[in-house]
Amino acid sequence: MTEQSDLLARARAYIGSEATKPVTARDPVNQPMIRRWAEAMGDTNPLWHDADARAAAGFNGAVSPPAMLEVWTMSPYRPGGGTSDEGMEVLKLFDEAGYFGVVATNIEQEYVRYLQEGDIIQSRAVVADVSDEKRTGLGIGHFVTIDYEFTDQKGELVGRMKFRVLKFKPPLKQAEAAPAAAEGKAKKFPHPRPAITHDNAFFWEGLKQRKLLIQSFNGRLVHPPVPACPETGSFEWTTVEASGKGVIHSFVVMHQPQLPCFEYPLPVVLVELAEGVRIVANMIDAKPEDVAVGKAVTLDFVEVEPDYILPAFRLA
Amino acid sequence: MGTISNQAAIVGIGATEFSKNSGRSELRLAVEATLEALADAGIDPAEVDGLSTYTMDNNPEIELFRAIGGRELKFHSRIHYGGGAACAPIMHAAMAVATGVAKTVVCYRAMNERSQYRFGTGHTPPPVPTAETAHYGWYVPYGLISPASWVAMQARRYMHNYGATSEDFGRVSVAARKHAATNPKAWFYQQPITLEEHQASRWIVEPLHLLDCCQESDGAVAIVVTSVERAKSLKQPPAIIRAAAQGAGDDSQMMTSYYRQDISRISEMNIVAEQLYAQAGIGPNDVQAAILYDHFTPFVLPQLEAFGFAKEGQAKDFIREGNIEMGGRLPINTHGGQLGEAYIHGLNGVAEGVRLVRGTSVNQVAGVNNVVVTAGTGVPTSGLILSPA
Repeated sequence: MTEQSDLLARARAYIGSEATKPVTARDPVNQPMIRRWAEAMGDTNPLWHDADARAAAGFNGAVSPPAMLEVWTMSPYRPGGGTSDEGMEVLKLFDEAGYFGVVATNIEQEYVRYLQEGDIIQSRAVVADVSDEKRTGLGIGHFVTIDYEFTDQKGELVGRMKFRVLKFKPPLKQAEAAPAAAEGKAKKFPHPRPAITHDNAFFWEGLKQRKLLIQSFNGRLVHPPVPACPETGSFEWTTVEASGKGVIHSFVVMHQPQLPCFEYPLPVVLVELAEGVRIVANMIDAKPEDVAVGKAVTLDFVEVEPDYILPAFRLA
Repeated sequence: MGTISNQAAIVGIGATEFSKNSGRSELRLAVEATLEALADAGIDPAEVDGLSTYTMDNNPEIELFRAIGGRELKFHSRIHYGGGAACAPIMHAAMAVATGVAKTVVCYRAMNERSQYRFGTGHTPPPVPTAETAHYGWYVPYGLISPASWVAMQARRYMHNYGATSEDFGRVSVAARKHAATNPKAWFYQQPITLEEHQASRWIVEPLHLLDCCQESDGAVAIVVTSVERAKSLKQPPAIIRAAAQGAGDDSQMMTSYYRQDISRISEMNIVAEQLYAQAGIGPNDVQAAILYDHFTPFVLPQLEAFGFAKEGQAKDFIREGNIEMGGRLPINTHGGQLGEAYIHGLNGVAEGVRLVRGTSVNQVAGVNNVVVTAGTGVPTSGLILSPA
């Protein structure tokens, strides 16, 4: 498939180049992090926390377990904790193509010397390999291998790491019904759920991150999404995030039938987004009589149930 | 190139009573209507060698076939998109007859849509991930859950574009109930309504009032199709299938074609109208009466425009001038439509088209040469032109 090989070609263009900018450790090698890491790992070797044991082994000051090699230059794991430099372009490429699942599959480390208290570690990551498309138990994907080199404050090599991840299209997890209310009480009426397919999963994943994503075939936007570009037949697509500006193209006010999870009368709007595609959604803080064709609206999001986020609009 | 025009004819029609609770199985309704249609035609049930229906019918072809004593079933088809396919079984039957695949085809629709299940309740089963269920995800999570609401979205834009009003929709309903009032088979026999009553009826989905929505019905209709040649020796004067077509258009969606350039049009019906006129070699001036699918009143207006009875955006004027009522330029839904007679997913409209051709409608239009019959709108649709021999 030419579309597939196009994505692969673009990904493989990164091979041999830096996966990220070089990273310098936020903290020098230090006893508190070593102690906590060893505790978390269940590593009871006294060398990591006992001064006498260290001295007997010929070390001055704290010494780091070799397997902590990568820890010193890791970016913060909480969302927003890392800098944009720390994201890997080659992985983003797969995210945009719908391979948003990621799992680490192999780590091989090679240690040149023990790291000791006060060492300031720097890592340099290079894209080593991008595999052909593989069909794995997790889903269809590509293995991406990154080679790391770790150096100390003198620029001398202290270790190496080969790190391999699988970027995959995750299996389509269907939405679960709303959790049942406390025992003995009536079950809450669930908010209607979408059916998640390989073609639309990106849209619902995007909403979880409060992003309204529109399918883009080389700039031609399509909603609702389709497997291939209606113009060119290309299966290669990315997404663009809606700016959030739009105009009410049409609307209705629901009276009957009623579902327990909505308030009535319920306006439902068809919004033409600034990007040119239309989307059905609800309004926030708008009375039915305030809704009219041609009115400007702005995008917001509502969490109708835990982890179930829908787009909604406010009058601009 | 072959043609299906003037090759086949409708030679028999049958129906059960139309009610809110038939008290018997849908399959039995199908059998009753089929046997009545065959008796109407004067054809032995054992001669039936083709069956055709459309989706959202629960009666398996082979169950109906064994119940009527069928022997050799050589053709059967089931066409997608519910009411949008109401005229399509007639088209498929005509194609089967024209090509010699089958000789006698029964088209049927039987439903307990009021007493056993109801459309548009908003019931949302857990989704199974198919392309069809995925489509519901674009509107059901926002409470846009009923056929009335799906139509209302396009109706609002039509009003915005052309200045049509709720009263214009109401006039469609008033005309239908006027026609139903003189049809003893209609559920709303002797129950006409006024425009004031339409306006005062409660909102279902703004801009649709209750009286913009068709009823829910139990009942069945069956139609017998055979060759024009065979029709000559049968009991009834034939209704010649002069044209038959299906249509889906650009970016068609099931009831929610909201993403195409102009959502006030029903481009599926334009595609059907163009084909029908081309097959029949006629134009709107040659049509004396029409059965226009009226599940919801607003979509009758763009249908009048699609067939050229009114210019774009001017159906409201055509209706205001009384043209769709008896004595008008184009009486429509002379049986009372689905608003007045029954909602048998459009097949009762095909039967009325046959009666108009035979000259036996309770609201007979004089000098009928061509009747247009249409199927459900907002979905891929279909249509017919029926004529006397």
